[in-house]
Amino acid sequence: MPSTEELKNIATQVRRDIVRMVHAVNSGHPGGSLGCTEFFVALYFEVMKHDPAFNMDAIGEDVFFLSNGHISPVFYSVLARSGYFEVSELATFRKLNSRLQGHPATHEGLPGVRIASGSLGQGLSVAVGAALSKKLNNDDRLVYSLHGDGELQEGQNWEAIMFAAHHKVDNLIATVDWNGQQIDGSTENVMSLGDLPAKWKAFGWEVLELEEGNNIEAVIAMLAKAKTMTGKGSPIVILMKTDMGSGVDFMSGTHEWHGKAPNDEQLEVALAQLTETLGDY
Amino acid sequence: MRLPKKRKKMSDQYEVLGKSDTRSGFGDGLHELGKMNPNVVALCADLIGSLKMQKFIKESPERFFQVGIAEANMMSIAAGLTIGGKIPYTGTFANFSTGRVYDQIRQSIAYSHKNVKICASHAGVTLGEDGATHQILEDIGMMKMLPGMKVVVPCDYTQTKLATIAISKFDGPCYLRFGRPKVPIFTKDDQDFEIGKAQVLTEGNDVTIIACGHLVWKSIEACRILKEKGITAEVINMHTIKPLDEEAILKSIKKTNCVVTAEEHQKYGGLGSSVAQVLTEKYLVPQEFVAVNDSFGESGTPEELMTKYGINTENIVAAVEKVLKRKTISIPQ
Repeated sequence: MPSTEELKNIATQVRRDIVRMVHAVNSGHPGGSLGCTEFFVALYFEVMKHDPAFNMDAIGEDVFFLSNGHISPVFYSVLARSGYFEVSELATFRKLNSRLQGHPATHEGLPGVRIASGSLGQGLSVAVGAALSKKLNNDDRLVYSLHGDGELQEGQNWEAIMFAAHHKVDNLIATVDWNGQQIDGSTENVMSLGDLPAKWKAFGWEVLELEEGNNIEAVIAMLAKAKTMTGKGSPIVILMKTDMGSGVDFMSGTHEWHGKAPNDEQLEVALAQLTETLGDY
Repeated sequence: MRLPKKRKKMSDQYEVLGKSDTRSGFGDGLHELGKMNPNVVALCADLIGSLKMQKFIKESPERFFQVGIAEANMMSIAAGLTIGGKIPYTGTFANFSTGRVYDQIRQSIAYSHKNVKICASHAGVTLGEDGATHQILEDIGMMKMLPGMKVVVPCDYTQTKLATIAISKFDGPCYLRFGRPKVPIFTKDDQDFEIGKAQVLTEGNDVTIIACGHLVWKSIEACRILKEKGITAEVINMHTIKPLDEEAILKSIKKTNCVVTAEEHQKYGGLGSSVAQVLTEKYLVPQEFVAVNDSFGESGTPEELMTKYGINTENIVAAVEKVLKRKTISIPQ
């Protein structure tokens, strides 16, 4: 297991990858990617049992589904940095003939991706299906998923939330990136989510709240706690407060960088804040 | 219609062996398949009775998931179930199996190439009295446009049963369309049924009739009426709309030089338009369409609706007579 220091170094390199990837093609979604960096690093380098040799069916492995597919830069960087494919392939992000599509897809056969996502609101249902499949296979590994908070405005989520409680899908840990931002502004202004913990609880889920979603130790501790709650008849959700754009001062805490790439000058400013720890791709 | 024995031809080989709904063929096929293949799982959105899924559920309750009235959730859950090797069969009405959940199918199933079998009952106007809200006539078009999606529309109870089992044998998404009313059973358990391989039901020289679903029996009926008028029709059961058996179409039309397509679907985007594409690309002959002409349905009995919307036996006969007149104009190939 890597030390906390090593995990932090990985996170810093992942952040460099994210801003460099979106800068290179002048498109993509850095804000949410930076905000969820600790979560991804915790999952892939500490929490999940997974095999970078990649098998779609993932028998005997933990699996992860990214529902808010637009934060593909952090997903791709972490997959590459944990050995699913060469880090040099990150340079092909969003380019023609690449396996690294704007939004994650299985179509080009990129190892580590098990379903296409991007059209929002479908990932929780998919994760529920994969969790049911594990139960049928008597596979006691877990299913993890990540969702945007704005994404919860899609009604299908609430169908899946109802289903998972009714069918006791207790081998599933969903996490919501609760950054309070979406494309058009704050979730509060665009479409208020109301009392989010109460809503999940009312639907029959175990609800965990994480205040420090950009503190890797806190994220790991919360995922460990969630793990101890599995297998007890209820699905589990972690409502994870994050800072959108975390790690790059001018991107932090605003929806402005949801889907915007830095220019050359901004890239230099961002990279100056992120030490190259593992070597750039 | 009674014909003297000595005149017995291929069209007369198809006798009514019984009557049943194609959805019962699905239910019985799913039951049989469930016993044979432990990876088959089924989901339903609060229409177990309508989809005839009770036998499967009784046999394998642990492999059935009641989703409630939440079709979008059902489609994406089905996609997730494939990860781990399950073969999910989803069951609801055709309307809620396609239009209501198109984006879920597009992203999580078709684009992601998941082995989900979308099984859709109560397709078309023969759903009857419930009316146009439930009578989808656009589903074949929507589904055939999705890259990699197979589209299968069997013609009677027995064929639907066989099709339900057959679609489990390939890896990839499939749309299986069937219906509500009790209709003649005329195909047999030992028929030569293969996905993507059309069945030539009657041989004829004057016209090719290509039909799917409920319109196949209507085409056989039309064939008998045409026979009385001295016209021999080659009836092809095109139970697979995609991939389309182009070879069977070309073989027949090179002999007959004209074609009538017959389907319980919109004229735009259904079987007829798929056939027309083959004709324009490969071998141009006149075609007439027996299909619903840019219209929604309404309440009524299945037979009344088929007549009102121009997709009954007499419409096939009229279309044949029309296309035969057009055949005299020669089209340079």
